[in-house]
Amino acid sequence: MANLLTIETKRCKGCGLCAYVCPKKILELDMSNVNDKGYNPIKCIDMSECTACAMCARMCPDSVIKVERDV
Amino acid sequence: MGKVVYEKSKGLTDNPLSYCPGCLHGTIHKLVAESLVELEVLDRAVTVASVGCSVVAYQFFNCDAVQAAHGRAPAVATGIKRVSPDSIVFTYQGDGDLAAIGMAEIVHAAHRGENITVIFVNNGIYGMTGGQMAPTTLITQKTSTSPFGRKEATTGKPLKVSEMIAQIPSAYYIERVSAHTVPHLVKAKKAIKKAFENQIHGKGFSMVEVLSTCSIGWHMTPVESLSHVENSMMPYFPLGVYKDEGEVIS
Ligand SMILES: Cc1ncc(C[n+]2csc(CCOP(=O)(O)OP(=O)(O)O)c2C)c(N)n1
Ligand code: SF4
Ligand code: SF4
Repeated sequence: MANLLTIETKRCKGCGLCAYVCPKKILELDMSNVNDKGYNPIKCIDMSECTACAMCARMCPDSVIKVERDV
Repeated sequence: MGKVVYEKSKGLTDNPLSYCPGCLHGTIHKLVAESLVELEVLDRAVTVASVGCSVVAYQFFNCDAVQAAHGRAPAVATGIKRVSPDSIVFTYQGDGDLAAIGMAEIVHAAHRGENITVIFVNNGIYGMTGGQMAPTTLITQKTSTSPFGRKEATTGKPLKVSEMIAQIPSAYYIERVSAHTVPHLVKAKKAIKKAFENQIHGKGFSMVEVLSTCSIGWHMTPVESLSHVENSMMPYFPLGVYKDEGEVIS
């Protein structure tokens, strides 16, 4: 098991604030994907590095990210 | 099974926010919603939305709400709190709303010591109407109505609202916080919770000023806007408690 990020891509506005505050720098805009709002949504590029600190989720204005820690 | 570290607050509805990408109105909404849930008052909370980008905040907070005329939210909140004293009533106002057209209402709500909570979002500009100069716009800051930068000679220096309201004898608690980093969000939430706790305990007028962004009006990316808060706004608008338990903090 690993920590889990659930990203509600349809709500994401591609602002990049989550990626900016992520201490592990594992969040990136997914340039190969466009959501219904017309934004490139965020994706995690290396889940094994995620510490479930939830910095991304706390910063996100649109409550896109749910963070679960493996216990 | 994973332990949930963070998820969307029950204090918010599922409606997608109408704010621009990266606008900290959304992040500040979360702090307010989480505070109401944690204090177990969401079911008796009443939002008084103002005029500005947050005019439709009533669609986002998962509680009762009224939308007031521009600047009049503290007067509407006064009426609601007085006829329904068990309600937890808060206004959510921008700096155009609170510090320009609504200055008389905020001053006199504080003057009367109304037992309400005011969330004052200072992004130094009128966001909704296309980025015009606000009383809080910084000197040299370019806006659509100060295209060469705000000049002190013709428009004075930016209003320091928390400092000013703290001087009103009946104001109980005034603090300025910021929403531009995660550690600042932790402090901002503590202040917002305290402002609601004061109301729950009947202490009187509490206002939390939150430094925020408007990347659209500022012509910056959302990430650049965060640095603008740190480097340009915070030196002029120092964070901290300006009044606590009715005593001015200097
Ligand atoms: C009586 C009245 N005058 C002017 C307006 C136009 N108006 C709408 S929003 C606004 C300023 C809002 O700015 P602010 O409170 O800073 O909120 P923001 O949009 O930046 O969140 C103005 C002047 C109005 N709606 N009603
Ligand atoms: S902060 Fe939220 S809206 Fe912005 S890119 Fe990240 S997940 Fe998307
Ligand atoms: S115009 Fe500015 S204040 Fe309004 S939603 Fe957009 S970024 Fe936020």
